[in-house]
Amino acid sequence: MNFRQPTTDGADGRGRGLQTQTLHLGPLSGLDPESWVEQYGDDLFGFAAARLGDRATAQDLVQETFLAGIKSREGFAGRSSERSWLFGILRNKLADYYRLRNREEAITDTDPPLPEERGAFGTGGLGKDGWIMKLAPKAWETPDGTLISKEFQDVLKSCLSRLPDKVAQVFRLREIDGVSSEEICKDLGVSPNNLWVMLHRARMGLRRCLEVHWFGNKQQDE
Amino acid sequence: MLNCRQATRLISQSLDAKIPWHQRLAMKVHLLCCVWCRRYAAQLKFLRRATRELPPEALDAAPQKLSIVEKEQMSARLQESVKKLPPSAE
Repeated sequence: MNFRQPTTDGADGRGRGLQTQTLHLGPLSGLDPESWVEQYGDDLFGFAAARLGDRATAQDLVQETFLAGIKSREGFAGRSSERSWLFGILRNKLADYYRLRNREEAITDTDPPLPEERGAFGTGGLGKDGWIMKLAPKAWETPDGTLISKEFQDVLKSCLSRLPDKVAQVFRLREIDGVSSEEICKDLGVSPNNLWVMLHRARMGLRRCLEVHWFGNKQQDE
Repeated sequence: MLNCRQATRLISQSLDAKIPWHQRLAMKVHLLCCVWCRRYAAQLKFLRRATRELPPEALDAAPQKLSIVEKEQMSARLQESVKKLPPSAE
């Protein structure tokens, strides 16, 4: 399922003559909040929830989006569709929300070992920052074709559920929903560096988890 | 010369963005001589493929929806705020 919502290209609709139906937006005429909730509620909410992982906050932001939409309706000149206009407002609300929250959370620094790296690499001597033999990646027998078994998928799923929330959320957006790094940074208000650190943590954690819980089992006799 | 800790970070990063040429080169040189990191890189690619093949319903990744009650509450609050708007708003 793809949450990608690329249509904030407001200015592009200008001059195409396609959006004449939005031009009758008078003071309040044409504004029908109830139809907004019906028409866009689920999509906006799904977009926000995938980025927040929290229904209550997602609901609040969608509500705020609608309110801001009503208040700033003069700003809506039919240049874009009503839908992408509302999505644009929501994205700003998301960015504001994360800006505030990230200020409270310490940004992960790249230098000290990450939790997922702890134990994987040597900490001193010749082997400093090299793989520790016991934990170095083993050879995996991966299926060639597209057929990945249901059992494997269950293991992968359970590995995903063990990641820290924020790390898992970012990984899902990137790998499952296929959202680009730039978009994730913008929507979640994280720096590219912070995003890469989180994705790296997710991958390192998942790889290790799969090795222990799936591939490892098959190689114990080696 | 990169160490494995740095190499694994770059390997991951290269899946999300184009990394600068000197880093790419350093990574490739490291991969040439490190079997563990070569495996790591191949395994991350496999992980990406496997993740993309996961059925969305298995992950609750289907977009979340508002419940009827939530929608009604939202509509009610919106209508109230429409009423509160100054009539000379435009």
